[in-house]
Amino acid sequence: MTALLEIDGLGKSFGGLRAIDRLSFVVHEREILGLIGPNGAGKSTLFNLINGVFAPDQGSVRFGGVDITGAPPHRIAKYGIARAHQIVQPLEAMTVLENCTVGACFGSRNLSRRQAEAAAYEAATFVGLDDRLAIPAAHLNIAGKKRLELARALAAQARLLLLDEVLAGLNPTEVEYMIGVIRRIRERGIAILMIEHLMQAIMSLSNRVIVLNSGQKLAEGLPAEVANDPQVIEAYLGDPELARQLHGGS
Amino acid sequence: MATQQVSTRIDALPRTILHRPFFWIIALAIAAFVVAPTIGNDVQLRESLLLAAVYIILASNLNVMIGYAGYVNFGSIVFFGLGGYLCVWLVGRPGFPLAVAALAGGVVVSALALVFGFGVLRLRGAYFALATIGVNEGVQAFVMNFSPWGGAAGMYLSTELFAPLGGPRQALWTIYYLLVAVMGLSLYLSYGIKVSKFGLGLLAIGQNEDAAAVLGVPTRLYKALAYSATAFLPAIAGGLYYFKSAFIQPSDAFDLTFSTEAIAIVMLGGQGTIAGPAIGAFFYEELRGWLLTSDTFSHFQLVVAGALLLIIVLFLPRGLIGTAHARWPDLRRIIE
Repeated sequence: MTALLEIDGLGKSFGGLRAIDRLSFVVHEREILGLIGPNGAGKSTLFNLINGVFAPDQGSVRFGGVDITGAPPHRIAKYGIARAHQIVQPLEAMTVLENCTVGACFGSRNLSRRQAEAAAYEAATFVGLDDRLAIPAAHLNIAGKKRLELARALAAQARLLLLDEVLAGLNPTEVEYMIGVIRRIRERGIAILMIEHLMQAIMSLSNRVIVLNSGQKLAEGLPAEVANDPQVIEAYLGDPELARQLHGGS
Repeated sequence: MATQQVSTRIDALPRTILHRPFFWIIALAIAAFVVAPTIGNDVQLRESLLLAAVYIILASNLNVMIGYAGYVNFGSIVFFGLGGYLCVWLVGRPGFPLAVAALAGGVVVSALALVFGFGVLRLRGAYFALATIGVNEGVQAFVMNFSPWGGAAGMYLSTELFAPLGGPRQALWTIYYLLVAVMGLSLYLSYGIKVSKFGLGLLAIGQNEDAAAVLGVPTRLYKALAYSATAFLPAIAGGLYYFKSAFIQPSDAFDLTFSTEAIAIVMLGGQGTIAGPAIGAFFYEELRGWLLTSDTFSHFQLVVAGALLLIIVLFLPRGLIGTAHARWPDLRRIIE
């Protein structure tokens, strides 16, 4: 397995708070790496450091062998990293198709607007928004907006997707659907780094899991290993009973 | 079934500008501007339409900043005024032909706007609006104290300079036609930007700048380019307009009233639409002309503009065209 994203000794402080503390890990090609941790562990900050919203204080981010540390967000998108936000960020007055077209136009491939429209159509269809292409993004319900986040990221033809709680706030049917979509994305050969609080989903989707606590890596390994790690149970799951449920009561 | 319908509707979008009914509506309107005053040699109508054309130029370009990128440029008149100064000076002193002087004014103002744009556009919302007023006031203060341009007294042009255009009478017609051409170009620029990748990026910035950046839109570059591109034609228009007046002074050239009126026009017509600012400008100029000549309202002309802006913001936030689009969605395909 080749490394796609290499995070090395990454650090970021806000005032006196060390949000990310000498963090190192690797995302391989074609894998889903789950990122879990209690609220305030630094998960979303980590995404902001990877995609250039914040510049790190120390450490480096390498993507496909290229040092991308501190590059602005639009450059990161060109390198081939796309992001779905935790708090959905639709371009409200623009239609679903236009939203995806923006993703395709300015993503990793330098597409003309017409080519981008075709890519956008394909991405919207992939997440099942093809029946709502012409309506303004503001009119979508929350499940639709979550799908739109995913579609825009897909339209960008990225090699790595950063998914920030794309399952949060969805009902069980919608969660099922999204899990299917995420699986099909991996089958296309796209690597995924995903933050998720929904444990069943992260345990079943992830190839590996990293546990973050206070900006540091608490554990890393296969989902079952991590779920059994006493430190993780202590810090994050809190409750051994909950941990037992996670791997099917075995 | 629904999928089929939507996708065919997207495919059915007209491919080139010539297939859009809107293009022909605009072409007809421009033809009307060209022909109407020649019927009976109506100089009064020409002057009224000339002002309308100037308002359309200012509003159309401003609309790209306000309606597309979501940045309210309060000091857009600085482009018009500075373009006017450069043109009048180039014609008067080094003796450049009008076309060269006006074009040079456009290029210089556009280049300056690019430099300023990178700085000013780091600000957002009200701070940006205030900074654009600051740019206008700063340039005005500079010109007031710049003796080669006549300082506060301004500059005059000798009427002999109209001679190359066939004398004063013919020159006024020529300038009118040139301004109508600049108006046509402004509308085309508005359209060209909107259907381009650049325009898509600007619209994304206008909706959510941070999300646009994450999607890969080079926001700072695009904003500065938009600021600069929308300076070009107003600067040329300023050159033609002040050449026609044969007189320019700082208090007119950098009068914030024009900027404010341009904003009111964009809001009235419908920000983000192509026809909106043009229709808004036309109505506004006709209304203004009527108010100025009426006994009752002549001193309250700006009060009416202010009240109009208030009413639009409160009751028609999308403007005339925007409201019509919302009510009759199919209208989008005819009037864009």
